[in-house]
Amino acid sequence: MIEAVGLTKRYGDKTAVYNLSFQVRPGAVTGFLGPNGSGKSTTMRMILGLDNPTAGSVTIGGYPYRKLPNAARQVGALLDAKAVHGGRSARNHLLSLAQLSAIPARRVDEVLGVVGLQDVAGKRSKGFSLGMGQRLGIAAALLGDPQVLLFDEPVNGLDPEGILWVRNLMKSLAAEGRTVFVSSHLMSEMALTADHLIVIGRGQLLSDMSVTDFISANSADFARVRTPDTEPQQREKLSSALTEAGGHVLPEQDGALRVTGLPLPRISDLAHEADVRLWELSPHQASLEEAYMRMTQGAVDYRSTTDQKAGLQQPLPPGAQPPMPVPGQGQPGWYAPPPPQQGGAPFANPYGAQGAPARPYGAPQGPYNPYAAPAPAPAPAPAAESSQPASAPAAAPAAPASAPADLTKPEDAR
Amino acid sequence: MAVVAQAVRSEWTKIRSVASTVWTLSLSVVLTVALGTLLSWLANHQFANMPARERLSFDPTNISFAGMTLGQLAMIVFGVLVVSNEYSTGMIRTSLAAVPQRATFLFSKIGVATGLALAVGMVTSFTAFFLGQAMLGSHRAHLGDTGVLRAVIGGGLYMTLIAMFSMGVAAMLRSPMLSMGILMPFFFLISNILGNVDATKKIGRFLPDQAGGHIMQVVPRAGDDVPYGPWGGLGIMGLWVVAALAGGYVLLKKRDAQ
Repeated sequence: MIEAVGLTKRYGDKTAVYNLSFQVRPGAVTGFLGPNGSGKSTTMRMILGLDNPTAGSVTIGGYPYRKLPNAARQVGALLDAKAVHGGRSARNHLLSLAQLSAIPARRVDEVLGVVGLQDVAGKRSKGFSLGMGQRLGIAAALLGDPQVLLFDEPVNGLDPEGILWVRNLMKSLAAEGRTVFVSSHLMSEMALTADHLIVIGRGQLLSDMSVTDFISANSADFARVRTPDTEPQQREKLSSALTEAGGHVLPEQDGALRVTGLPLPRISDLAHEADVRLWELSPHQASLEEAYMRMTQGAVDYRSTTDQKAGLQQPLPPGAQPPMPVPGQGQPGWYAPPPPQQGGAPFANPYGAQGAPARPYGAPQGPYNPYAAPAPAPAPAPAAESSQPASAPAAAPAAPASAPADLTKPEDAR
Repeated sequence: MAVVAQAVRSEWTKIRSVASTVWTLSLSVVLTVALGTLLSWLANHQFANMPARERLSFDPTNISFAGMTLGQLAMIVFGVLVVSNEYSTGMIRTSLAAVPQRATFLFSKIGVATGLALAVGMVTSFTAFFLGQAMLGSHRAHLGDTGVLRAVIGGGLYMTLIAMFSMGVAAMLRSPMLSMGILMPFFFLISNILGNVDATKKIGRFLPDQAGGHIMQVVPRAGDDVPYGPWGGLGIMGLWVVAALAGGYVLLKKRDAQ
C-alpha cells in the first residue's frame, strides 16, 4: 500500500508536483498516467525517498521509504533503464544489489532467466539496447521478491513480445496480491494492463478511479453520419434537422458528422423525413485514448507546434498540389477516423475527396507539419497501435460501440 | 549491523567489477614506483655533484617516494571515480533505492575503497622504498634506521588519505570532471606553490598534502621549521579528510539523489 498525502515538490520556482494525494492498493495494477513532464517520475522518486518532498509525505506500508526496514526486500523499482554503470556486467550489477539486501546469489541467475537476459549476463551493460536495459531494470526490481513494485515507463523500448510479457508480468504480480504501480504516458497500454488509473497533469491529480469507471465516465457513444460529398447542402439540411430534434452535431474533419444524443434509428428517420441520402450511419465509441487526451489537453507541457520551415521551403513547381496535412498536428480536439475496413468505400480516402482539408476545432491556420506527429490515418490494423507515441490520437480503437470491455479485445488477441 | 555488512559486500562487488579500479590503482603503483626508482638512480649518480648543503640533508627514504607526486594523481582519479561513477551513470538512484540509509551507503562505499587504497598504497610504498634504496647504492637507508619504517608506512597512509579526501570531494561535487578538474591541479601545482612560496608558506603548509607529506621525510629539510611533527602533519591531513567526508555525507543526506 502506497499512500501519498498532499505531496508537493518544487525545484526552484518550478512546481513539479502539487498537492498530490492518492493511494495505491495491493492486489491491483495501478496505472499512473500523465503527459511528458507532468510529474510522474518525480512522484516515483519521492515514493522511493530519492527526492525529498517540499511538502506533504508519501509512505509505503505506513513508513516513509528511508525508514522502511529492509527496504530492498519490500519494494522493487524500475526507475530508469540506464541507471546502471555501463562498465559492469549485468550479473555483477544485480549481484551488488542482491548482496545489499542479503539475497542469495542464485536469485540473480533466476531473475536473469525471468527477464530473458541469461545469455548476456556476463556482458557489460554499456552495449545493451534500450529494451535490454529495461529488462535489466525489471530484473533488479524483481530481485527481492518484493510486495510493492514500482515501474516507471517499463515498456519503453521493448519489442511487442516484450510489451506483452511486461503486461502479463504486471497482471500476475498483482494477482499474487502485490502492489503494482506503473507509470506510462500511453493510455492505450494502461487500458490493457491497469485495473485502476491515477491521472496527473502539470503535477496535479486529474482523476483517480478504476479503469471501468474511467471508461464509462469518459467515453461517450456517438453516431457518425455521412451525407453525399457531392451535395454539401444536404449536410447542412441534416445538421439543422438533427439539431432541431435535440441532437448534438459536431462536424468531423473529413466532412462526416458526429452526432450525440440521438439513437441511430431516430437519425435515420430524421434523414428520411428531411429527404437526405446517407452514405454512412454507424455507431461508435470514443476511445479511452481520446478521453485521456481530452482530460490532459490543458495540462500538456510540451506540445508540438507547426513547422513553418521558413526559408527552407522550396517553391512548389507550378501546378503541384501542397502535400497532405497531418491530422492531429496542433489540433487537440482532433478525432481519429475508424480503420478503413470498418467504414467501407467512403473511408478509403477520407481526406482526398474534400480537396482542401477542413480545419475544425480551432486548428491554427498556416503550413502544417508533415512529420511532427505520425499520421494515424488509414491504419492498416490495430496492431500498430501500441508503438505510436502518445501525441498521436489512437488510430485503432474507434471500434463500433459495444460493451466497454470489448475495447481490449483486438490487442489481447495479439 | 547486518545491513552494513551487506552494503560492504555489495560495494566490494561494485568496485571489483569495473575496469577503472584496476586501471587507476595499477597506474598509481607503476607511476610511483617507476618514478621513485628513476629519481633514486639519478640521485645516486649525481650525488657527487650536489652542493654540500643538499648532501648533508640528503634523505634517501624520501627520494624513493618522489614518484608520489604523480602517483597520487592516479589515486585521486580512483577516489573520484569510485564515488562520482554512481552519479554520472545514474546508478545512484538504483543504489539509494536499495539502501535508503544514506550513511550506510556512503560509508560502506568509502570504507571498501579505503581498504583497497590502503592495501595498494602499502604495497606501493614498500615497493618504491626497496627498489629506490637498491638504486641508491652506498647512500641507501635501511628499514631498521630511525624513522625509516615510520616513513614507509606513512607513505602508504598518505596515499590512502589522498584517495579518501578525493572521495569526500567527489561526494560533495558529484561530477567526476569537476572533481578531477579541481583536485588534480590543486595537488599537482597549486598546493606545492602555496606551500613553498615564502608569502603563503605559513598557510600553505597546512594544506592536506603539504602537511601529510612530512610523514615520508626522515631527514628534515634544511631550514624547515614546520610547527608539527611527521605524525602531526598526517593528523592535519586526517582532519582535512574528515571534513571532506563529513561535507559529502551532509550534502548526500540533504540533497535529492540526482
